[in-house]
Amino acid sequence: MSPRLPLSLALALASIWHRRGILSLVTLTLTLSIMLLLGIQYLRTEVRQSFTSTIAGTDLIVGARSGQLNLLLYSVFHIGDATNNIRWSSYQQLRDDPRIDWLVPLSLGDSYRGFRVVGTDQGMPEHFRYGDDQSLALAQGRWFDDLFDVVLGAEVARRFQHRLEDELVLAHGGGSTSFLRHDQTPFTVSGILAPTGTPVDRAVYISLAGLEAIHIGWESGVPLPGRTVSADVARQRDLSPKAITAALVGIERKVLTFQVQRQINQFQGEPLTAILPGVALSELWRLMGQFERTLLGITGFVVITSLIGLTAVLLTLQVHRRQEIAILRATGASPLLIARLYLIECGLLAMLSCVLAVALGAGLLAMLGPWLLEHYGLQIRLRALDRMEWLILASVPLAAMAVALIPALRGWWQGRRPQFGTASTE
Amino acid sequence: MTFSQTDLEETPALRTRDLRFRWSPADPWLAFPDLTLAPGTNLFLKGPSGSGKSTLLSLVCGLAAPQQGRIEVMGQDLGQLSRGERDALRANHLGVIFQQFNLVPYLSVTANTLLPCRLSAGRRDRTEPAPDAEAKRLLSALAVPSRLWSKPVTQLSVGQQQRVAAARALIGAPRLILADEPTSALDRENRDRFLELLLTLAGERRTSVLFVSHDDTLARHFDHLITLGDPA
Repeated sequence: MSPRLPLSLALALASIWHRRGILSLVTLTLTLSIMLLLGIQYLRTEVRQSFTSTIAGTDLIVGARSGQLNLLLYSVFHIGDATNNIRWSSYQQLRDDPRIDWLVPLSLGDSYRGFRVVGTDQGMPEHFRYGDDQSLALAQGRWFDDLFDVVLGAEVARRFQHRLEDELVLAHGGGSTSFLRHDQTPFTVSGILAPTGTPVDRAVYISLAGLEAIHIGWESGVPLPGRTVSADVARQRDLSPKAITAALVGIERKVLTFQVQRQINQFQGEPLTAILPGVALSELWRLMGQFERTLLGITGFVVITSLIGLTAVLLTLQVHRRQEIAILRATGASPLLIARLYLIECGLLAMLSCVLAVALGAGLLAMLGPWLLEHYGLQIRLRALDRMEWLILASVPLAAMAVALIPALRGWWQGRRPQFGTASTE
Repeated sequence: MTFSQTDLEETPALRTRDLRFRWSPADPWLAFPDLTLAPGTNLFLKGPSGSGKSTLLSLVCGLAAPQQGRIEVMGQDLGQLSRGERDALRANHLGVIFQQFNLVPYLSVTANTLLPCRLSAGRRDRTEPAPDAEAKRLLSALAVPSRLWSKPVTQLSVGQQQRVAAARALIGAPRLILADEPTSALDRENRDRFLELLLTLAGERRTSVLFVSHDDTLARHFDHLITLGDPA
């Protein structure tokens, strides 16, 4: 017992150490539940961050007439399919609009072993931004310039161990087991993108013309015998695209964004939809928010359960502590000191659990971070805790002290009960 | 009955008058003889089980309040004191030794001995020359081997534990030590040695000792003897 500490703290520390066997188990339970609660809150923020950083710097996304979520999901997240296409002429008309600074066409529909094929142009590496205004970086090679060049997302390259100059055959339509393959027109890997933590990692990029070339003879959706052509023949054809799926739009003067959006929505040539990516992302997040709030609620209950467990253990221990309490009382300790002892013990254990939970959680994240990015495209950074997380963390010792009031009050009450001698039969 | 041979003017360490107590209205009344214990004297209170020995000690150390009568510890009427003041008085001026299980299990021998000094500044200030030094002196005097001083008390024999309890009761020169059959778990040899040491060290500090037991073979060690249940 250190003479420098206040008596109640010194006693509490000695008492905890004395009962370290059973208390370490309770602390472990509490640690794990705090880690779960804090982890979910942390991941929630991080996933949201990762989520909202999938696209940046794009002012509008234009697609055929549909809901804004649908458009966002298929154009940015590569989830679901477009209901319709944009005619190439409409795209050209938009490109001529002086208020529009840049356009990046996106043409979807094919796949490579389960990963989306995106037909686009040189504007993609130039204008596409994600995260904190980062542009796409090539880990190896260069952006496509030949008709049959393909640029792979980081995860695609990693998954299939692709290197530069590898030849690969794209499949018609989605899914990983498509039977319709563009066998006659293999592509050569010209570049591999650096990991971004966004759906870009899980896509392969080819030129619009390349996409056009592999579909010669496929106009009805299946290859018509005799009409498909070899790669060399395809090069001779007119490969200007007839339609695209969506386009990313950059507006010259940001104040005109809403005006341009309204005009696209009222486009005369065909029914189009223009959405603000930020707005669509927050709507998407709002939908998912319901789920994660439920998850957070459940985890909260887990913490409460372990606190109740802690109280149960403390109450059980209290029976065994009658002796010690009688000695302390007879030596002159006040019932208040006895109550304080319980509160401090419980608070200390809770704080220990918090510290352990943060340390364990940080360790786990540091270990799993690279793995998550590689396998799930989730970019989870290690960062300082935010206000909400501190609040959760601080609430645990407070809640622990609150439940410790039960044994504390009981101890205080028993301490007031007159008794002498310690020949109790426990 | 009065024992004040030493100094009539001195405030007695303990004085009780017309003390009656019952634990609940259903229990019979326990009546206690009037006691007066002058500083430095010791008293053997003999009584069979159930005669209210432990109850009397509860009353004297202020853990229970009598329904009737008056208790003065060092001239202070316990009835006039609040619970907190009684706790403080006990910490400052009383030492207690129980029958067994006297020590806080998670504290070392030294920490157990020093406990009263942590609970009361008065006890701490009266240690000579300092709490640690007095604890060591008392433990040596009570023949607790020094290799055990920093050990957990659970490693001690019963006899050693009782001697550590005596050291705790004696530290900081309290005015009164209450001992509730502290020797009942000891063999004869240990018992006599324990009593001798306790009474000698208490006498050196002018600490009064109120010793209760049913075993009247111990009575020869004491200045005075009262039998509970006797018409006082």
